[in-house]
Amino acid sequence: MSDLINIKVTVNGKIYERPVEPRMLLSDFIRFELGLGGTHVGCEHGVCGTCTILFDGKPQRSCITFAVQADGHTIETVESLGTPEKMSPLQQAFQEKHGAQCGFCTPGILMTMTAFLKENPHPSEEEIREGIDGNLCRCTGYQNIIEAVKLAADNMDSKS
Amino acid sequence: MKPASFEYYAPRSLSEALEQISQVGDDGGKILAGGQSLVPAMNFRMAQPTALVDLNGLPELFYIHPTDSGGLMIGAMTRDRVVELDDNVKLRAPIIPECLHWLAHPTIRNRGTFGGALAHSDPAGQLPVVAASLQFNFKLQSKKGERWVNADEFFVSVYTTCLEADEILTAIEVPALSKHAGTSFQQVSRQSGESALVGIATIIELDTDGKIKNGRIAYMGVAEKPVMATEAMKLLKGNKPTDDLIAEAIHGTVTKELDPGADIHASVEYRRHLAQALGVKSVREAIARAAK
Repeated sequence: MSDLINIKVTVNGKIYERPVEPRMLLSDFIRFELGLGGTHVGCEHGVCGTCTILFDGKPQRSCITFAVQADGHTIETVESLGTPEKMSPLQQAFQEKHGAQCGFCTPGILMTMTAFLKENPHPSEEEIREGIDGNLCRCTGYQNIIEAVKLAADNMDSKS
Repeated sequence: MKPASFEYYAPRSLSEALEQISQVGDDGGKILAGGQSLVPAMNFRMAQPTALVDLNGLPELFYIHPTDSGGLMIGAMTRDRVVELDDNVKLRAPIIPECLHWLAHPTIRNRGTFGGALAHSDPAGQLPVVAASLQFNFKLQSKKGERWVNADEFFVSVYTTCLEADEILTAIEVPALSKHAGTSFQQVSRQSGESALVGIATIIELDTDGKIKNGRIAYMGVAEKPVMATEAMKLLKGNKPTDDLIAEAIHGTVTKELDPGADIHASVEYRRHLAQALGVKSVREAIARAAK
């Protein structure tokens, strides 16, 4: 085992300091060191997208980044979006449009599309389809996910 | 699926990184750029580097500079997504954003780096063929000094470049595109974000009469590294391009120069079929753009 390295990471607005082994994946750090189980782990090689988090505001795969690389950086996970009582517009739309079935892929899709809608608040359906093409869902056939993202864009638009 | 142990180095300057890789490179130490190919390989334990020198803390390797000659100088750690969306890149080398669009997914391109995707030398990678057709130049630095190599020298084989164990790819020069040149990138893959079954990068320069003055066509997915379509260019050069001539020229390359393999995804025949179809499409598109 190589030496532990102390890291300081801001996760969902809270600063955490922890010693980590260099080989610890950021996904495992989030789940097992910080106890934030909302970030799911599927393929563990960067293909399925369910471990997607925001790294300095940009969606990235936490399973193919090392925790030690997050030292000094800012991470947001699905827990940052909302609460059951006060969901984010995107979460609300997922509930309304039944965008989740088993829910395994949902955290990654929510994080990817939260950043996507910030960059592109008026997406076409084609752009939404492209936007989620790095996130695998084996239940929905994607149709309701796309509907949900459209609804979220419309709702966010009418509020602004 | 967890990586094996390794020593981790987070240098704060390029000279520090060069010193560290000179110490660990010969004993199985590697450079860590975006990690979007290396870390999956480590998770599978297909790669077990003894040490990683992480370049993510070196701001001096993140940049896109337009050069006086009309080309671009790109720092090796510049994120692929940043390159893809950069206005200078769109203007001076539009084939780069076109090919990056095919490289995995935006989420991967947020972390993956321009230099990393080239130094990975994936035979089904988009950037190596673009580098081969546009003739990128590569700046390789070590503690001992620096050298520049061109794309023909840089790519050696599958996942293998001419980088020595103590060297770091630090910058990539994209040569200026002539006013009378057009480029085109085409690929076919089974699904979005997947490696190409066959792909092609083409640059064609026309003379004032509309004849083909010069060009380079590079294929991916058909061999261990980018394959130049020299047969096709022999026939095209100096001639006015017609549909028949283009089809014949590409046919020459497909039958004489390409020797694609078969795998579970595509047979040899299908890859040849794609090479012909994409070749014709790509050359025609490059010519149309050159004529504008």
